[in-house]
Amino acid sequence: MSNTTDLPQRSATISVLVENEAGVLARVIGLFSGRGYNIDSLTVAPVDDAGNRSRINIVTSGTEMVIEQIKAQLDRLVPVYRVADLSKQGPHIARELALIKVVATGDNRIEALRLAEAFRARVIDATTESFVFEMTGNTDKLDAFIELMRKLGLAEVSRTGVAAIARGTRVI
Amino acid sequence: MSTTTQTQTAIDTESAPGAEILLRALKDQGVEVVFGYPGGAVLPIYDAIFNQNAIRHILVRHEQAAVHAAEGYARSTGKVGGVLVTSGPGATNAVTGLVDALMDSIPIVCLTGQVPTHLIGNDAFQEADTTGITRPATKHNYLVKRPQDLARVVHEAFYVAKSGRPGPVVIDLPKDILIGPAPYTPAAVALHRSYRPQTEPDAGQIARTVQLLKTAKRPVIYTGGGVINAGPAASAALVKFVRKTGIPVTSTLMGLGAYPSNDPHFLGMLGMHGTYEANLVMHGCDVMLNVGARFDDRVTGRLNAFSPDSTKIHIDIDPSSINKNVPVQVPIVADAGRALEALLAAWDADPAPSDRVALASWWKQIDTWRGLDCLKFTQDMTPGAIIKPQYAIQRLYDITRELGRETYISTEVGQHQMWAAQYFRFDQPNKWMTSGGLGTMGYGLPAAMGVQIAHPDALVIDIAGEASILMNIQEMATLSQYRLPVKVFILNNQYMGMVRQWQELLHGGRYSESYSEALPDFVKLADAFHGVGLRATSVDQLDDVIREMLACPRAVIADIAVDQKENCFPMIPSGAAHNEMILGAEHASQGASVTDGGLALV
Repeated sequence: MSNTTDLPQRSATISVLVENEAGVLARVIGLFSGRGYNIDSLTVAPVDDAGNRSRINIVTSGTEMVIEQIKAQLDRLVPVYRVADLSKQGPHIARELALIKVVATGDNRIEALRLAEAFRARVIDATTESFVFEMTGNTDKLDAFIELMRKLGLAEVSRTGVAAIARGTRVI
Repeated sequence: MSTTTQTQTAIDTESAPGAEILLRALKDQGVEVVFGYPGGAVLPIYDAIFNQNAIRHILVRHEQAAVHAAEGYARSTGKVGGVLVTSGPGATNAVTGLVDALMDSIPIVCLTGQVPTHLIGNDAFQEADTTGITRPATKHNYLVKRPQDLARVVHEAFYVAKSGRPGPVVIDLPKDILIGPAPYTPAAVALHRSYRPQTEPDAGQIARTVQLLKTAKRPVIYTGGGVINAGPAASAALVKFVRKTGIPVTSTLMGLGAYPSNDPHFLGMLGMHGTYEANLVMHGCDVMLNVGARFDDRVTGRLNAFSPDSTKIHIDIDPSSINKNVPVQVPIVADAGRALEALLAAWDADPAPSDRVALASWWKQIDTWRGLDCLKFTQDMTPGAIIKPQYAIQRLYDITRELGRETYISTEVGQHQMWAAQYFRFDQPNKWMTSGGLGTMGYGLPAAMGVQIAHPDALVIDIAGEASILMNIQEMATLSQYRLPVKVFILNNQYMGMVRQWQELLHGGRYSESYSEALPDFVKLADAFHGVGLRATSVDQLDDVIREMLACPRAVIADIAVDQKENCFPMIPSGAAHNEMILGAEHASQGASVTDGGLALV
């Protein structure tokens, strides 16, 4: 214990290819809560034509030893095909989508729209008192935009969590 | 001949009630016995059991005991244990047994009844979210929602239970699936789509291991339950390897019997109540080969002081066991037996000689540690003198050895369990059944029951404490129903002994709730359950009681009144290192004491 808590922590983006069966997500989530691992973000959806396999992307953090444990624990679940640590296996792309509602009038409303253009957020709903922005990007970019909106009438945020994939020809 | 084959094929594609398909799949998986308890949701299965003779059903008195019995059956035979319980309380009662099997890696398939599919989620009578509850209690679980999945799921469950690191698997069976027609499908020949555990070791890592062991000055082999689980051939390979290399070997609680205890290479058990020599060898070694053990906290003591100067090699079939608690330099994912065989071959293939001189001086050092005789105790032999618990187990061992019968030992959990591990010596694998990981009081009696079912002519003894035995005492009725001559050998000190010991050593002697104020009369209790009750209260009665117990053809409870104040030593207190053991009164007390940090540990 004492020799693990002092060690440096890192963030890891882990992709897990699983059999798309009842309870598989509960198994993964239960593993994290049962063993005290962090989940910073989690996304899941079927990814093959027949809908038999799903991909779960998990952003987690911990010491190197804990992250190796997480991967080994995931890999031994019966319905798991493959586990890949994207943040370790080379360059990868991680994106998420956010819907951001800003309720504002006057200067704040104009400023929000101007910043949205700068961040390449799209307006997908508008009333005279509100905007809903749709924005895609990496987590940092979304965080930065949401932080700016806070001062301008941020009312509600809905985020998808991270979807990630390796760069180049490499597949998991 | 051809007509028979044709008829057989015709039946294969035909459908039958789900319960019959289930039994057929069990039979095809080689199941001969299931331990179970009926109830509303599983009545169709019991109806199908009524109409056949291939599978024997053993009616237990509590579902937890059904799982422990199946564990005893599995551990003593190497087969998968079968359990059948009803929905709701049947399933929840089984959970302790399932977690026990999970922690100790015992292959079990547990069939649980469930309310009909259309009622699931409606809070129906005797409904529980069994797959939800048992998800963290099993290696894997299934809810069968479609009749066409039934046979496939049963076959798959057996594959999952026994392959890789074994464990319990639950199949939740809604009643309508059991009643309605279902097709039969034979076990798949193809590989499982996602679960394919690695069993063959990496040749490069094996070669590196041999090189490390050959150049080692102070090597040790530390083995665990993985060697037992890998089958008797793995134990045979271990014996060969140790004798070839001359390396000292120690074992976890779970691994006892894989290496013969009476062999001079064997250092005894290691860990919290391990021997002085085993723990000091672990602390002082320069190369450690771990085969099928998992660096459990009961073994390592304080992690940052665990074997500080050694290069560690870890062979485990479960990659998640490697580098979990203790960082190792040479990880090898493999079946213990396959790895040991590969090591034997690689040792011979490598022309380099091993460092025999260094090994001889290592053994000299070990012999001085051994000379301390850490398990020494003094039994007053005056007639009327109180029995030391260690002496009771030693006599039990000596007398069973004298008789020469095939002997299986199970235990409950506590001091008696540790004394059994220390003083009863095992020469073969699969003879020792104890709850290691979960530490389940009440394990021993039902486990012994399962062993006796598998080995009707063998001598099966549950070494018990008077507190633990009461946790599943109802199974005396099962023993009597099936005329199982299990021997229950109770070391009765009227305390939850291990709790009392910790309260004495760690909590200032405040024996809070660890004394049993009103124990039953175990002799009468045996009698009430149609068994035989015996009692020894002084040392001169002990041998006679043991002999009478062993000679009796029926179930026996032998109530052995032992010294209430006796503690289990050596002991590595919580939070201490291997070289900080507390030794018994026989030895000058050594410097270990419990730290504040240690007090918070279990």
